Amino acid sequence: MVAGMSTGAARVSLVIILLPWLALCSAAPVQAATFGASDQQNFAQIERGRYLTRVADCAACHAGVDHTPFAGGRPIETPFGMLQASNITPDGATGIGSWSDAQFDAAMRAGRMPDGSRLYPAMPYAYYTKMSRADVLAIRAYLNTVPPVHHEVESNQLPFPYRMRSLMAIWDALYFKEGEFREDPSKSPAWNRGAYLVEGAGHCGACHTPKTSLGGDELKHAYQGYALQGWFAPDITDNEEMGLGRWSPTDVVEYLKRGHNKYSAASGPMGEEVVDSSSRWTEPDLQAIAEYLKGLAAQQETAHPLAAGDPVMTAGAAIYWDACSACHKADGSGIPYLFPDIAHAPSVASREPTTLIRVVLQGAETAATDEEPTGPQMPAFGWQLTDAQVAAVVTYIRNSWSHAAPAVSEREVRAARASLASTR
Amino acid sequence: MTTKLPAKDAVIIGLGWTGSILAHELTEAGLDVIAIERGPWRNTATDFAPNYAQDELRYRIRHELFLQPAQTTFTFRNKMDQNALPIRNWGAFMPPNGVGGGGVHWNAETWRFLPSDFVLRTHLTQRYGAKFLPQDMSIQDWGVTYDELEPHYDRFEYLCGTSGTAGNLNGQIQPGGNPFEGPRSRPYPTPAQQQPFSHALFGKAAAELGYKPFPQPSGNLSQAYTNPLNVRMGPCTYCGFCEWFGCGNYSKASPQTTLLPVLMRKANFEARDLCEVTRINTDSSGKRATGVTFVDASGNEYEQPADLVILSAFTIFNVQLLLLSKIGTPYDPLSNKGVIGRNFTHQTISDVESFFDKSKFNFNPFIASGAIGMCIDEFNGDNFDHGPHGFVGGGYMGQVQTNGRPIQTAPIPPGTPRWGAKWKDAVRDNYLSALKPGTGVHGSMYSYRDVYVDLDPTYRDRFDRPLARITMDFHDNEIKQNAFLTDKFAEIFRAMGAQQVHKIYRKAPYDVTEYQTTHLCGGAVMGTDPKTSAVNRFSQSWDVPNLFVTGASNFPQNAGYNPTGTLAALAFWSAQAIRSRYLRNPGPLVPA
Repeated sequence: MVAGMSTGAARVSLVIILLPWLALCSAAPVQAATFGASDQQNFAQIERGRYLTRVADCAACHAGVDHTPFAGGRPIETPFGMLQASNITPDGATGIGSWSDAQFDAAMRAGRMPDGSRLYPAMPYAYYTKMSRADVLAIRAYLNTVPPVHHEVESNQLPFPYRMRSLMAIWDALYFKEGEFREDPSKSPAWNRGAYLVEGAGHCGACHTPKTSLGGDELKHAYQGYALQGWFAPDITDNEEMGLGRWSPTDVVEYLKRGHNKYSAASGPMGEEVVDSSSRWTEPDLQAIAEYLKGLAAQQETAHPLAAGDPVMTAGAAIYWDACSACHKADGSGIPYLFPDIAHAPSVASREPTTLIRVVLQGAETAATDEEPTGPQMPAFGWQLTDAQVAAVVTYIRNSWSHAAPAVSEREVRAARASLASTR
Repeated sequence: MTTKLPAKDAVIIGLGWTGSILAHELTEAGLDVIAIERGPWRNTATDFAPNYAQDELRYRIRHELFLQPAQTTFTFRNKMDQNALPIRNWGAFMPPNGVGGGGVHWNAETWRFLPSDFVLRTHLTQRYGAKFLPQDMSIQDWGVTYDELEPHYDRFEYLCGTSGTAGNLNGQIQPGGNPFEGPRSRPYPTPAQQQPFSHALFGKAAAELGYKPFPQPSGNLSQAYTNPLNVRMGPCTYCGFCEWFGCGNYSKASPQTTLLPVLMRKANFEARDLCEVTRINTDSSGKRATGVTFVDASGNEYEQPADLVILSAFTIFNVQLLLLSKIGTPYDPLSNKGVIGRNFTHQTISDVESFFDKSKFNFNPFIASGAIGMCIDEFNGDNFDHGPHGFVGGGYMGQVQTNGRPIQTAPIPPGTPRWGAKWKDAVRDNYLSALKPGTGVHGSMYSYRDVYVDLDPTYRDRFDRPLARITMDFHDNEIKQNAFLTDKFAEIFRAMGAQQVHKIYRKAPYDVTEYQTTHLCGGAVMGTDPKTSAVNRFSQSWDVPNLFVTGASNFPQNAGYNPTGTLAALAFWSAQAIRSRYLRNPGPLVPA
């Protein structure tokens, strides 16, 4: 149940129209270059690469199926089908051991394989292109130090027509703007560092920026939230209601570092991100990111809450009182760092109710980090509440306190339930 | 075929409160630790979520969180000349099972024992003379004092966030607290829970009678709390489903809510659930443990070698495993020699059921927590002169009504038919206006020569090992103690304005079918003399110095309090001795 699936037919026809154009694009092998280098003797470069590998969260996708680091094979769910992350250990035959630095750089920042073919944008080269060459080669230097694992991965598991890599030329032409990040001298160094990390290695937009039907970023709505993998990655602009507007920069830093702040808790894919990646970023980098995100202008919207007397609201309030208030309290305020403040958590007020429906149906495990080891869990209610009851309580939550959102229908909940059951 | 696993620095048998504490302490010391737990893994949101944890039928009646007698049980008899029979349905006590152990389903009453409790024989002999004690009473001093344990009580309370009102801060008696308690070095980490109407009314009546009532120290927290390990707990919702239940709100202190989140992050810790240790292995000298043998749920047998063995199962399983592993001399009541199984005790509890005018009193008994309540301690331990009364021991008493759960809260005045329309009318009329605290009188049980645990000669478990056999009965001392305390308790309910007060005294014979707390104690007791104790004052086996035995099995006799605070303090005390002394120089910490 991922946004955009319903427009699949439209996507296919677009692809067919563009096919003749595609034939003109030839695959030119990337030439090996010798300038600059990843250097096995350079401790500082390797350490920097180790950190950047964390920041870019390479391990999240490239983990081996049996959790062997970077050995690949983990299935990546996309709106177009399944991919498998490749082996990026320095194994000569099945990994990237035989790649030159230039070839590695081309994969990271130009989306090109050594043979010139195109990567699928599930590999976030459209973001990594903003990184400096020095940073990319530092990652390369670090990856050269991990144990080589012989593990053949067939990345491309997509159905026709997406199986055709050459189609990605169209995608690149439409959505890929190659080029390194350029500092804005009118902004602070921290803002620039934050922008570099968010737009580049951190690739926050990969989840948080809405996508076109072809999976490209809708840049005019950058960072305003997007539904994927059965979750809604919330708006991370300065939007008061749906985004980070109420959060101080410290709240943003805490969330990324600890997985929890006084409003909210990271779970699902963001929980993974916190545990694997942002909980281990440096404090200055987190502060820089907070400064940048807090500077992202919010889209102005006005929504009106459902009337409290609406029958769905009455039912939802009763269910809330019975099922939710013991932890989240009657006023939604929860317990700081333990039970999210759902009167204020952006994930509750999001443009789409995906996350809230999912969490009510299935429960959720929040991130446990060194600084915040508790990892409290939300129990599942899907076995207990009907689709109509889930719709009512979600509608109630999304229209109580300061929230306002359209009512959630029983049909939406039924679809979410079916989708969650099929991906379990 | 037995699979031999790679050796560990320490193996822990049973991952309840003391197993978790030892696991935390030993991993902090850098040891590579494995814990082996007979029961299943248990998580708050998946195993006792608030949307179904409050199921009295499932947990209270059908005992879902407990050991199932089909897996293993004990045999029981009152007297040495009787044949013991296996217990097939738990009654008098509820053997825990699973990760968190009894810490999952306890009421969370978090007491400290009195300073005099730890030097009991010396204290009573000095005050009343040796002849005042019954001849066959085998009470003894613990070998550890309250002052030595105080920092460890403190650690446990701050780990749990215990809610209470201090009664004695560094020797200064505090208003509103228990004036009889030993000096505590700092206040409770969180203020006492709020008291519902009946509990507050009890406190008022007790004060008017000249007692010093105080709120029971509670591991169900009055407010959100972050413990020293940075683990967070929520405030109690007063739902009244604590004992027999897991807490779904992260508000009852348990290994799950205080320690396990940190423990499970450690690279040098491993837990195996659904694995039952069948034997502690020793070398040919019998003086050194080499590890344990355990069986997993598929019936596969493993040997886990380890340099240090921590036996931290439930009281009676500690005793049984020592006997089965032939560690220490089994206790023989006839010759009065041997130690393993000796000084086994439980608790002497009784109750008062009182009925109030329903037009004036509405107690809403369902607003409660497992450790709610107003108590008095005037009649505990040796807080009063026993000289005129001809018994020793005592207990706290209080309106500690922990629930108004629908199946078992059916108050009917004496004389009401046991079924039918009149019974229904009586329940309806009295549900809101009757009181029955459950363990209102919480008396001590002291130890006796003929109350003990050994191996049953007849009945065997699924591994063909003999079951543990309990021989237990109440002695006159406890019966007298209980009559005296129950009478005092009933007076307070009369002062509260009850129309009818029904005293339910504890009487012999000990009835193994009726619930009387899960506070089984002793059987592997601590002390200063290897002839009368299984472990030294650091809970270290006298016979096998690389074996430590933790939990209430260490208690030489049971005091008039719930045991968890004390057994947890002993675990921290023992862990400190292991970390600061044993690991540097493995061997006996006390010369035998």
